[in-house]
Amino acid sequence: MAVLPMKKALLCGLKKDRKRTLEYLQRQEVLEVSEEIREDTVFQRMDVLSSKAVFERNAAEAEQALEVLKSYAPEEKGLLDSFSGRKEMTLSDYEEMAGRHEEIMKQAARLLLLAKTIGEKQGGIPRIEQQLKELEPWSSFDLPLNFRGTKTTSAFIGAVPRQISQEELSTEFSALCGKTAELSIVSTSREQTCIFAVCAKRDAQETETALKTMGLANAPQTSMIPAKRQIMLEEELQTTKCEIAEAQEEIRSMAAVREELKFVADYYTMRAEKYGVLNSLVQSHSVFLITGFVPAEKAKELEENLASRCNVFAQFEDPSENEDVPVVLRNNRFAEPVEGIIESYGLPAKGELDPSAVMAPFYYILFGMMLSDAAYGLIMVFGCLFCLKKFPRMEEGLKKSLKMFMYSGISTTFWGFMFGSFFGDAVKVIAETFFHRPDISLPPLWFEPVNMPMKMLVFSLCIGIIHIFTGLGVKLYSSVKSGHLADGICDVVFWYLLVGGAVVYMLTVPVFTGMLELTFTLPATVGTIAAAAALIGLVGIVLTDGRSSKNWGKRLLKGLYGAYGVTSYLSDILSYSRLLALGLATSVISTVFNKMGSMMGDSIPGVVLFIVVFVIGHTLNLAINALGAYVHTNRLQFVEFFGKFYEGGGKKFQPFAEHTKYYKVKEDV
Amino acid sequence: MAIFENMGVVLALLGAVTAALAAGIGSAIGVGMTGEAAAGVVTEDPSKFSKVLVLQLLPGTQGIYGLLIGFVTLTQIGIMGGDADISLIKGTLYLVACLPMAFVGYKSAIRQARASVSSISLVSKRPDQFVKGMIFPAMVETYAILALLISILSIFGINGLPV
Repeated sequence: MAVLPMKKALLCGLKKDRKRTLEYLQRQEVLEVSEEIREDTVFQRMDVLSSKAVFERNAAEAEQALEVLKSYAPEEKGLLDSFSGRKEMTLSDYEEMAGRHEEIMKQAARLLLLAKTIGEKQGGIPRIEQQLKELEPWSSFDLPLNFRGTKTTSAFIGAVPRQISQEELSTEFSALCGKTAELSIVSTSREQTCIFAVCAKRDAQETETALKTMGLANAPQTSMIPAKRQIMLEEELQTTKCEIAEAQEEIRSMAAVREELKFVADYYTMRAEKYGVLNSLVQSHSVFLITGFVPAEKAKELEENLASRCNVFAQFEDPSENEDVPVVLRNNRFAEPVEGIIESYGLPAKGELDPSAVMAPFYYILFGMMLSDAAYGLIMVFGCLFCLKKFPRMEEGLKKSLKMFMYSGISTTFWGFMFGSFFGDAVKVIAETFFHRPDISLPPLWFEPVNMPMKMLVFSLCIGIIHIFTGLGVKLYSSVKSGHLADGICDVVFWYLLVGGAVVYMLTVPVFTGMLELTFTLPATVGTIAAAAALIGLVGIVLTDGRSSKNWGKRLLKGLYGAYGVTSYLSDILSYSRLLALGLATSVISTVFNKMGSMMGDSIPGVVLFIVVFVIGHTLNLAINALGAYVHTNRLQFVEFFGKFYEGGGKKFQPFAEHTKYYKVKEDV
Repeated sequence: MAIFENMGVVLALLGAVTAALAAGIGSAIGVGMTGEAAAGVVTEDPSKFSKVLVLQLLPGTQGIYGLLIGFVTLTQIGIMGGDADISLIKGTLYLVACLPMAFVGYKSAIRQARASVSSISLVSKRPDQFVKGMIFPAMVETYAILALLISILSIFGINGLPV
């Protein structure tokens, strides 16, 4: 349960060691660079943002090339490969590959060019196909389509948009125009009839008008005979297709550069980040300075290594009181997994405690009670264990989440057995339907919430009271630790007295105990003491809650308003009834699926139906209820628990590091 | 008339299906709304799929609670095997007991969906704020859970009543 102490670092080295130092720091991932030192006449910052932009562009180009490769030569990926994390690479391999970065970038450029060519060519294909289609009806015509006639004749080549026979054509034409013309049909289909008309030159005007009236549209213009033009276009189409295929083949043949492209994308990402740091550090003619934060435990090691490897002097000091120090959490194996949840709420602000250790056990318990099915719990535990074992290099955040679900799974299994739920009532249903043994069932170790919902409700609310009181306890602890004992008493002890007293008093009233189906009622004397305690708490709150105001009238009014806050305690405690509701949801839905599955009884189709319904139903139920449990556990932690003592707002420690996607360079020892 | 003799079980069944019906419709509308928003985000950035899927599913729970109440009522009144002989008063009581889940389930699913849609747009812009975005719709669900609680306690309570 701790926020790691931080040291402020000042590194000072010669410029000739700068590259080595930065690369070393980047691999170590222990220093968050800060811009502390102002520029003056000696020390100045260097503007390298333009180089940084170039590296970023190169990284993006390599990524695009990878995308191209992916679309033509997809990588074989397993379902769980997203868990596998980055590949490790030794420093010597890194340097060897880094030397070839320009060559690899050329490959990337080639890939992008090929992809562009393919795009353009593919864009051209529909145009050619369109032309071919237009020429199709003219393929038997043996004159160029732009033929306009001879010295004494005029020719018209075109199509009318309907099917028409030779006689109809002649009749129609004569009706429209008195001249004679030679009309012949080239081809005809349902959509159009292609016509070739020849007339004497002097009749050209009338003939054209008559043909236009009939709806003649000009044939596609080409100076070639249609059949020849068709052959040419066919060839062009073939060539284009061939070129596309060749380009695609070339891309496929380049699949081997995938790993190199990944490397180079990472390489440029790292260099861009390095230049970002370079941009922020101050340098004189021959010296550079780096300032930043380092976890205290790493400081010593860093100092020694920097001196021996990079010839850099390092100096460490404690950060001052008002400095915004970045936060790293450090916890034992049991509490560490919930750090991710805390981070998403907000890391502890300056002076706040790290709530992981207090929160972790409650997190697991609450999650387990909401899901509360032994089989689902076991599935979670073994699923998470399998992934953790199979992919040891998994990213840190993901690893934490999986561990969190593993512990939650253990708790789910525990509560599942307590409440007698294993795939709901699957044991009983299977024994009864398929083995005709109604005597076999999985008895709960404690009780079944479906049969005794009131007992479960009371238990849920008890857990809630413990959870909320623990939160208040943490507040008391941190008040005492920081020397504000009075605040601790006013804000915590009085509330303990008021809420605790009220709860105990309720247990002495038979109406309440009867309603909650409790088997006991506390004696009246306890009630008197509890009432007195609650009264002391209430008076204390009214008197002290507004202590920031000097004016007594104002103070009392504020105090009264503060005491009104008891209603929020009531709603907070009732909010834990969701433990009952979500727990029941899991078991009732399991029961529904088991019942549905067993409807066809003990027969072959019955067994098949049962297996199908069982697998689909329970997968669905596990997914939906695990999601519900996750969401509502977070809510109880954030709203009911953190609301009592924790605000967050710390800045996350973001060291200068390799924020790469595919590779991680390992430091040689 | 036979129907009046068996009015108790008719009313009880009416309650059971009302809970499943209203809460189910609410969730269907809600999940539909969030689904549209989620699909919009995925067009822009397919890698956010898992996050927006979680947010899409949040208003789906009311339908499950409705099913739960419906199912518990069915088992209590003996429709799922057993003796379906329910007095008129008991039947009415079952009907009334189902109402909180029906009404609150319907409305809260839709309202939760609206909060969820906003959270989806939050996640599309600030994916790191996912857990906070999840809490806002979860707040609305509290009231569905409270309604479920009252419905379920009533249904279990009615069974023991001497009417």
